[in-house]
Amino acid sequence: MPEDQPMTECTIEGLLPAVKAYHEKGYRLVQISCTKVDENFELSYCFDIDYHMVVLRLVVPAGTKVPSISGIYWGAFIYENENHDFFGVEFTGINIDFKGTLLRTAKKYPFSNISFREVESCQKK
Amino acid sequence: MSKEVVIPFGPQHPVLPEPIHLDLVIEDEKVKQAIPSIGYVHRGLETLVEKREYPEYVYLAERICGICSFIHGATYCQGVEAVMNVEVPERALFLRTIWSEYSRLHSHLLWLGLAADGFGFENLFMDAWRLRESILDELEATTGGRVIQGSCKVGGVRRDIDSETLDEMVSRLEGLRGELSDLADVFLNDSSVKGRMKNVGILPAKEAYDYGAVGPTLRGSGVSSDARMIGYAAYGKIHFTPVTEDGCDCYSRCAVRAKEMFASIDIIKEAVQKIPDGPIEVKVTGKPEGEYFSRAEQPRGEVIHYVKGNGTRHLARHRVRTPTLTNIPPLVKMLEGCELADVPVIVLSIDPCIGCAER
Repeated sequence: MPEDQPMTECTIEGLLPAVKAYHEKGYRLVQISCTKVDENFELSYCFDIDYHMVVLRLVVPAGTKVPSISGIYWGAFIYENENHDFFGVEFTGINIDFKGTLLRTAKKYPFSNISFREVESCQKK
Repeated sequence: MSKEVVIPFGPQHPVLPEPIHLDLVIEDEKVKQAIPSIGYVHRGLETLVEKREYPEYVYLAERICGICSFIHGATYCQGVEAVMNVEVPERALFLRTIWSEYSRLHSHLLWLGLAADGFGFENLFMDAWRLRESILDELEATTGGRVIQGSCKVGGVRRDIDSETLDEMVSRLEGLRGELSDLADVFLNDSSVKGRMKNVGILPAKEAYDYGAVGPTLRGSGVSSDARMIGYAAYGKIHFTPVTEDGCDCYSRCAVRAKEMFASIDIIKEAVQKIPDGPIEVKVTGKPEGEYFSRAEQPRGEVIHYVKGNGTRHLARHRVRTPTLTNIPPLVKMLEGCELADVPVIVLSIDPCIGCAER
């Protein structure tokens, strides 16, 4: 049976209060991931307590500055730097900001561009 | 007055099978700060989900890592199955559980060998890897692959194991138990092992939890957290208690892995007793639409495979959060204040898998 993973959407202003509330309740930060949907970044913040996972969803236009949650969850810097290096999401106030050097990829923001499907003919076969 | 210097550790270092770089800010012989950087083996595997249809992508998911490859494949399949509401036959779930535990066994033996090599106990290293070979032989005999098994698919598994072979596997594991016990005894009781790992790389329970540690890194700090308790695959039908140690040091993390080998044997034994007859796969048709955070317990800790379908044969997004990635912040904390000579053992104690972490 798949897990029940309730998802809550939040605004950029509501992000830090919502994350702080999870922290105060004793939730563990599981991960932060990003998906590029059209011209928006869809950020998923996952938290877990007693094997129950909840997801906080933030959708922002590309180029928006997103407040870092590393002041609340210290270890969040690894995900925020990763999402910056892969997608170009700009986080403000990261406790350990690598400024684009955590994952040294040959191409800048490799996950931020159009999909392979649109440029490669092999998918048309 | 002492002066701060920065010593580069890695990306090539005798204790590192894979590349990670740490800038160690040193004062005298003490590490004041450790700044990690990765990116040496990033392969962009997640973006390949757009080039391969979701059933084919299992082969790529398995290649994220050469040690926990089976669990990567199974967790990816579990994610797609959740999105598509596929009911996997119970026998396939039991087989996935059995192979996952074999993967854990060989991964822990691999790590124990590397740890022994890291602190200069070469005989112990060779003994651990000698025993690991017998586990790899079982994986090869039942799946066809030693490193990349290729036996998992969306909707079930590709290969069955007959009941006679399953009984023989259990009997061989029982025979191996004595040898594993002798090996674990050295790791748990030898004075040179204790001298190298006790009170080294301290990570208190609260910090381990707050900084996002998972797997033996978290359980070695006394926190009972193990994704198998969620009950995915057949774990919900098997009696199992997470192994914890409360020393919060490298020795405790080593002890968790040593003891988990026996827990894995018990799980395999119970799974073999309870495995039902029936089909091993269902035909999966259609196009995934929806999203799911699939999680499982790898040898290094909880892994997340996020899959998002957009109603086509290609997923819109596949994201893997590996245990090593989330164990990097706790590692940075463990290194603060440690002796320079202890850095290799502390880095090894999280069982870093950089290929996994960078995908």
